[in-house]
Amino acid sequence: MMDKRILAQLEKITGRDGVLTSPEDLAVYSYDGTFEQGCPEVVVLPRSTDQVSQVVRLAAQAHIPVVSRGMGSGLAGGSVPSLGGIVLAMTRMNRMLEIDQANATAHVEAGIVTADLQTAVEKLGLFYPPDPSSIRESTIGGNIACNAGGPRCLKYGVTGNYVLGLTVVLADGRVLQAGNQCIKDVVGYDLLALFTGSEGTLGVITEALLRLTAKPKFVRTALVEFPSLEDASRTVNAILTAGILPAALELMDETAIACTEEAMQMGLPLDVEAILIIENDGSDEDFILSEMEAIAGICKEQGARQVKVAKDELERSNLWEARRSVTAALARRTPNKLGEDITVPRSAIPEAVRRLKAISFKYGLPVVIFGHAGDGNLHPNILFDMRDPAQWTKVGLMVEEEFTTALELGGTLSGEHGVGTLKRPYMQQALGPLSIEMQKRIKQALDPLNILNPGKVFPD
Amino acid sequence: MPALNLTSQPTQPSVEQYLNCIRCGLCLAVCPTYREDLSEITSPRGRVALARKGLQGELELTSNLFEQMYACFDCLACNAICPVGIRPADLALDMRTLEEHIRPKTWKKALFRGIFPKPERLEMGTWPLRLYENLGIRRLVYALGLGKLLPRRVRDLEAMLPRLPQRPIRQVLPEISPAKKEPLHRVGFFLGCLQSLMFAEESAAAVRVLVRNGCTVITPKETVCCGMPALGFGKMEQVQEQARHNLLLFEKADVEFIITDCATCGSTLKDYGKILAGDPLWATRAAAFSKKVRDISEFLMSIPLEKPMGRLEVRVTYHDPCHLRRGQGIWKQPRLLLQMIDGIDYVELPEADWCCGLAGTQIITHYESSLKTLKRKTDNLAATRASYVVSGCPACQMQLNVGVRRAGLDVRVDHPIALLDRAYRNGNSSSSISETTEVVPSTKREK
Repeated sequence: MMDKRILAQLEKITGRDGVLTSPEDLAVYSYDGTFEQGCPEVVVLPRSTDQVSQVVRLAAQAHIPVVSRGMGSGLAGGSVPSLGGIVLAMTRMNRMLEIDQANATAHVEAGIVTADLQTAVEKLGLFYPPDPSSIRESTIGGNIACNAGGPRCLKYGVTGNYVLGLTVVLADGRVLQAGNQCIKDVVGYDLLALFTGSEGTLGVITEALLRLTAKPKFVRTALVEFPSLEDASRTVNAILTAGILPAALELMDETAIACTEEAMQMGLPLDVEAILIIENDGSDEDFILSEMEAIAGICKEQGARQVKVAKDELERSNLWEARRSVTAALARRTPNKLGEDITVPRSAIPEAVRRLKAISFKYGLPVVIFGHAGDGNLHPNILFDMRDPAQWTKVGLMVEEEFTTALELGGTLSGEHGVGTLKRPYMQQALGPLSIEMQKRIKQALDPLNILNPGKVFPD
Repeated sequence: MPALNLTSQPTQPSVEQYLNCIRCGLCLAVCPTYREDLSEITSPRGRVALARKGLQGELELTSNLFEQMYACFDCLACNAICPVGIRPADLALDMRTLEEHIRPKTWKKALFRGIFPKPERLEMGTWPLRLYENLGIRRLVYALGLGKLLPRRVRDLEAMLPRLPQRPIRQVLPEISPAKKEPLHRVGFFLGCLQSLMFAEESAAAVRVLVRNGCTVITPKETVCCGMPALGFGKMEQVQEQARHNLLLFEKADVEFIITDCATCGSTLKDYGKILAGDPLWATRAAAFSKKVRDISEFLMSIPLEKPMGRLEVRVTYHDPCHLRRGQGIWKQPRLLLQMIDGIDYVELPEADWCCGLAGTQIITHYESSLKTLKRKTDNLAATRASYVVSGCPACQMQLNVGVRRAGLDVRVDHPIALLDRAYRNGNSSSSISETTEVVPSTKREK
């Protein structure tokens, strides 16, 4: 239970409707998009950077943990308040502060929903490319804190590539402004890169200045059917090494297809081992079409059964909606799923897919494979029922083998979800002691009291 | 797939209704209460988590926990979007039923046993409102600007009232309205409470349109409330009792279809099969009844509908009632129907299927959140520059009336069938059958 005086002070900062303490309110801030849980002692919904600063200052004085979060759709346990304390839910700081068309930048508050930001800038012919599948249920602040990816990152880069400036409340409550509207800036260390992907452990991101680009005028999306998963995973490299860089190159295996089809009823093929979704965009329609033809040719050479190009925007958006629904649709099969996002060098994709399926075979639990194959970022999802202790034990062993596979192939534990609590145990293996020591010293310098999202990312 | 748990174990939602929720958060994107309040407890995922923790004993079943189930608008958007097949809106309703079993409330008994199933009492209760309209008091109030003296909430409620009929339609409509031409169908017409008390002229229009298109319309006068209000307040036995009563009447009437001009009634009547599924004596009959139920726009677009010769020179937009679009999967039909009328400049309403916020009684029980949602609707409405917004649901119409008044818009609220009826009457002499009438496949329920 939180001290009454602290609660009174919090209410003074945000007003009464910004401080939640009922057991019901606390219970619904105890989870994210995983099965991790931890109950906060109070939830604060600030409306300005100044309020965040006051809350953090108060927390620092009283040594209370502060866990910042957006919509809680994270997939690594990063925003779960595992040690209690204050949850700072940024969802009410959701204003679009300015769209600067001349400089192609957007200045937003951290709680804006990423899809809302995209809609707003696209009305002006501008484009914010990062597109995590949680685009409608995640915030920019959360995207930056986890350096979110998404299908289009193959061509356009990840969230961090679009961060030009940040307003960050530091662990003592001071407000840091980093970055500016310039695309180039090499003065001093790159603090933007430091806070991007820091998962709320180094500061609370309250505002962001984002780089925009011109919205591509034309886009074509193809659904390619492969009777063999092996052929599909080999095709990814065949396309990329042919000098073509699609906007997105996504892979779905047969279970991913089946679950999604069950949820969406959109006519996905149920008699193939895999599909690729390939998108091409740009400002020259003829060029896109000719590249699309080249892609189709390569796919057929590699064993594709059929290449279907979406005939209109509706068909295209349905296809992407289906792709974005995969992760949730898998839960139609079992009560629980553990979705990882290991990333390997793209030449190793076929081998990674083979080994992941071997892990599934060895333990007898399904491992569904889908993901952003084009950038080597795969989402092996283990389907299981947590109520069965035997399955739960297997899951632990399987995850370990998945990570070992990624590392052996020269890859990494996480491409876009982050570490949170779920990948902490594997950090030593992934990074080695020197790297971890350096990073812990950075954490120590910025948050000496360890109040910002404690218990996350690094092993104790 | 977890189904509506209205039957076998009505007191306790089943494990399947929440077990597979992986908390992905997709439902937050489409939830009208969450998108205004932006705190997790107002989201479908939050409600599912509370129900789950409450039922599994991790949380106490407090009145605050149940209150969260009442904060849901039951707009069904979460049901429709969930890739897992969880139905958070249904779960919230089932939790309300559970609360009624644990802690029954006497006022609910009085209201849902004593008034809703008794049409004459409903009619009597609304008599002062009809006097207010028909004695010209309302005109006087408006002309003198007396409305401004009323507190804001009362003013909002006053604005909900349409132009009230002198007499409830139950007392006006004949039991049998014979087809105007060679009878094609013998159909039943279900008198909805709100439609017949508040929008009697629209129901009269619906019957005129049916008769004109070759239907002999049987209107049983003894029908009672479809049951949705009682369902919304967790009074499941009451719903079942009313379902049996209505079912019997229409069995006697011996009709091919049972037609309603109210989206909410339609979705409830179509659910009678599920509502009585656990009752061996009634299950089969209820299922047969539900199969016959058609929304008026759904029915009209499935028969060779006469193309109106009259014109309506108005810019019209359409608001999807939640219980028509997601409750019954009907959204093409009313749009096609409007576009059959010459002269209508049809413009699509942005976020047409976003809840208007009335949700039965939310404007009374959850005034603030209801109005925030309504504002989103009227902002979208203003952008269309339409002079009419039509919607086949009396509750939506009442809420839209409040919204139009609050936003100071010069927009009339109406029922799509009322516009069709007007177009017929404008071009009265002709009677050509449209060759291009599209036949829309009937009721495909969304998930």
